[in-house]
Amino acid sequence: MEIQHVNLKLHLRHSGVVDLEPLIPIFHDWVREQSCEETLVDVADYRHVPAGPGILLVGHEADYSLDWSDNRLGVRYNRKARLGGANQDRFRQALRAVLTTCRKLEEDGRLEGKLGFESREFELGVNDRLLAPNNEETYASLSPEIGCFCDGLFGRNNYSATHQSDPRRRFSVLVQTPFPMDRSRLLNDLSP
Amino acid sequence: MKASNHLWKERLAGDIDEPLNREIDIFETEIDLRRQEKVDERLFAETRLRRGVYGQRYDNGQRHDGRVARSLEYPTANPTKGPNTLWDAPGMQRIKIPYGGLNGAQLEVMAELAEEYSDGIAHVTTRQDFQLHYVHMEDTPSLMRRLGAVGITTREACGNSVRNVTACPFSGVCPDEAFNVTPYAKALSRFLLGHPDCQNFGRKFKPAFSGCSQHACGLTSMHDLGAIAVTRRENGVEVRGFELYVGGGLGAVPYQAKLFDEFLLPEQLLPTAQAIARVFARLGEKKNRARARIKFLVHDLGIEKFKALVLEERDRLPEDPRWKQYLSEALAASGEESPQPAGDLSESGSPEYRQWLKTNVRPQKQTGFVVATITLPLGDITADQLRSLADIARRFTPDTVRTTVEQNVVLRWVRQCDLAELFQALESAQLARPGASNVVDVVACPGTDTCKLGISSSRGLAAELQHRLASKSAEMDQAIQDLHIKVSGCFNSCGQHHIADLGFYGVSRKVGGYAVPHFQVVLGGQWTQNAGSYGLPIVAIPSKNIPEVVSRLGERYVSDRNQGESFQDFIKRTGKLQVRKLLEDLAKVPGYETDRSNFSDWGDPREYSISDIGKGECAGEVVTAVEFDLAAAERQVFEAQVFAEEGDFQQAGETARGAMLHAARGLIKIEFLDVPDDRDEVVKEFRTRYFDTEKIFDPFAGPKFANYFFAAHRSSGNGHTPESSRRLIEEAQLFIEACHGCFNRMGLVPSAATA
Repeated sequence: MEIQHVNLKLHLRHSGVVDLEPLIPIFHDWVREQSCEETLVDVADYRHVPAGPGILLVGHEADYSLDWSDNRLGVRYNRKARLGGANQDRFRQALRAVLTTCRKLEEDGRLEGKLGFESREFELGVNDRLLAPNNEETYASLSPEIGCFCDGLFGRNNYSATHQSDPRRRFSVLVQTPFPMDRSRLLNDLSP
Repeated sequence: MKASNHLWKERLAGDIDEPLNREIDIFETEIDLRRQEKVDERLFAETRLRRGVYGQRYDNGQRHDGRVARSLEYPTANPTKGPNTLWDAPGMQRIKIPYGGLNGAQLEVMAELAEEYSDGIAHVTTRQDFQLHYVHMEDTPSLMRRLGAVGITTREACGNSVRNVTACPFSGVCPDEAFNVTPYAKALSRFLLGHPDCQNFGRKFKPAFSGCSQHACGLTSMHDLGAIAVTRRENGVEVRGFELYVGGGLGAVPYQAKLFDEFLLPEQLLPTAQAIARVFARLGEKKNRARARIKFLVHDLGIEKFKALVLEERDRLPEDPRWKQYLSEALAASGEESPQPAGDLSESGSPEYRQWLKTNVRPQKQTGFVVATITLPLGDITADQLRSLADIARRFTPDTVRTTVEQNVVLRWVRQCDLAELFQALESAQLARPGASNVVDVVACPGTDTCKLGISSSRGLAAELQHRLASKSAEMDQAIQDLHIKVSGCFNSCGQHHIADLGFYGVSRKVGGYAVPHFQVVLGGQWTQNAGSYGLPIVAIPSKNIPEVVSRLGERYVSDRNQGESFQDFIKRTGKLQVRKLLEDLAKVPGYETDRSNFSDWGDPREYSISDIGKGECAGEVVTAVEFDLAAAERQVFEAQVFAEEGDFQQAGETARGAMLHAARGLIKIEFLDVPDDRDEVVKEFRTRYFDTEKIFDPFAGPKFANYFFAAHRSSGNGHTPESSRRLIEEAQLFIEACHGCFNRMGLVPSAATA
């Protein structure tokens, strides 16, 4: 089963209210510098929408956001354009994009360390209901691929993967690790 | 762009009505032909617009990053999807929702589309449509098929066509309505959709229905075609009819619709609308887009002549069985009553619940049932919320919701006894925000966020106002709570600023050589009486000072108003001169080097620009003189308003005309310091130097505003009525804005600013 349009959200640890406003100038700078792999187009501010996309960095091939969906803060990567290679490559590319975003934000002094980038879980999904309807059949089909991907990242038995089975939502699996992820190591491992 | 695009056609085969299915197939072919450059870009642009596929900001590939304008490097350089519109640039998909009516299945599809093709947000517009932003051209056929499978079309959502037929969202349940207009709106929408007589308009055509004349919900006065339900008794029997209006519209210069028929029988509705469409298509302006709306045709012909032409046309129309068939089918299918008996209302509960009850719930005419309004911030709703809304609609209503012109959603047929549970369900979905249709429920068009025409950040300002007002709404005087605030990003009025108590529209000003986002403060508009009267601009204030404008006006209203006095009456009694004085200090902008906060807009930290700012070749003194002239011209427009307010319409009109002349002279001075005082000479010089060279042409409106100036000059010596003087004032203001725009585009930096 070939999948496209990987949608990956890394949930972030945070406490209480988080002000996303400092993200706006940072993302505008990224557009100016075209500092991602994709062609970056604009920044959208959805802070007024509860449990919404937060601050969105709109790209041509993919969008990045610090979003609040499910009332959980996270860095999301939403691949819009097709990507060559195998499914594993597409998973790796999405996680690499998210982790790179975390690293860049963490290094940006304007956030003043207000965002914690520690994470123990991410949601790996497919943003296309026709390619990947959210049902058991898709899960059965993709489970080995996701298992292979996560084994490579964390080692077998060092994580759990749970299908988020609400049929109206997009297909996704919640991957959790018992300890905070070593993002530097992961980024290194995911390098092309 | 989606990998699944080629699969949806097969997957939904049989689920879409065949005519719509065929239309989408044809559209897909047109996309292919354009990709092969076998279709002209202008033709393709209108083709996609008529499918609701709209352009979006930066789709020309240019974006100012706060320092300089840069090109966005999209992978596909050619073809374009219209003049100056790059193929890869994301666009907006408008989705027509006749009378704002949706069911759960449709909401769920809207959620899927928002997630898969857009940014996870669906946006409710001021005309009861939905819009999805950042949509890619290649995805639109799949998106349309998925909508088609649940009975929604995007056909004629944009372009020179009959746009969404809107209607009061309380139709059928409002205690004050004459009768339920829903089936009539439905029948008209169905009849005019794709009708051959509606394919050759010079501009768009917007119909609206209202169940009564006194409330605002239908806004019929500002529509091309407005129908208000009325009844009368004939031989002891109640007969239904419509007060029919034509030629209303906001836009740059607003027009109140004219009464066409005080009692049009329902069976005459469709043929009359068809006849109006035919007259509009035949006689309406086609070349000059600035005068192509039907309001200009009605104005130029006069309502009596226009009516005579329409009735003549109607008499000539061959009988069409659909006139009656569509009405009878819509009337037969109009029932949506709740099958469950209503219970008693429980008013006890949390303070949040009681506040929500107070602002968001209103009784229906059917005993025991209520309408609950879901207040959407800036009209935005997430995909998850749409799915929750679908569940809520199924659980608490007969599977029905309606969007509103205030960018909200209403739930009808809610049993009173279910309100506490409904509130809980809404709270879980984060949809239980109070303040429906009051001062915190700020309406805004997309503005600079996504609109190609936006000048200032209407959504940024609206979000800021909502945030500030919501934090103190509990302590606010009721008189303040009842005000309406509406914000447009430019003069085009998509945010309906003319009909708000406090309206704002975006303009740009140069201060010390740097562009500063501003909003014109528009006061005196009337929201009720179906948008009964329009406000006028008082003064342009820097964007960042607008919250203080709201605060000051609110405080003055509370302290000085007479018992029961409306805001509109209060402004009228106070006088524009006094109001302007109250705000005047807020118009000042500290220098760029002193405080840069005014040089960027709300929610957008980039240094503000609507074009590149560079050094020109003119002497600084000359430029300073231009700025002085433009400011003087603006003062004259304001004086004209004061004359109009005092009832001296002759003087008002002449002063507005003089203001235009003043602004024109200012621009001429850049090139020709010794411009003579003679009016004819000024017009001649202006035409040669700015019109023939197209320097004054607005990037989007073209020669529209310059033509206001020429028309004003041609009509010199004519008398002024209240309406004509008012129009001249509006046109003068817009012409001056155009002069500001022209000056900004010329990139002239005064020597004083660079010193």
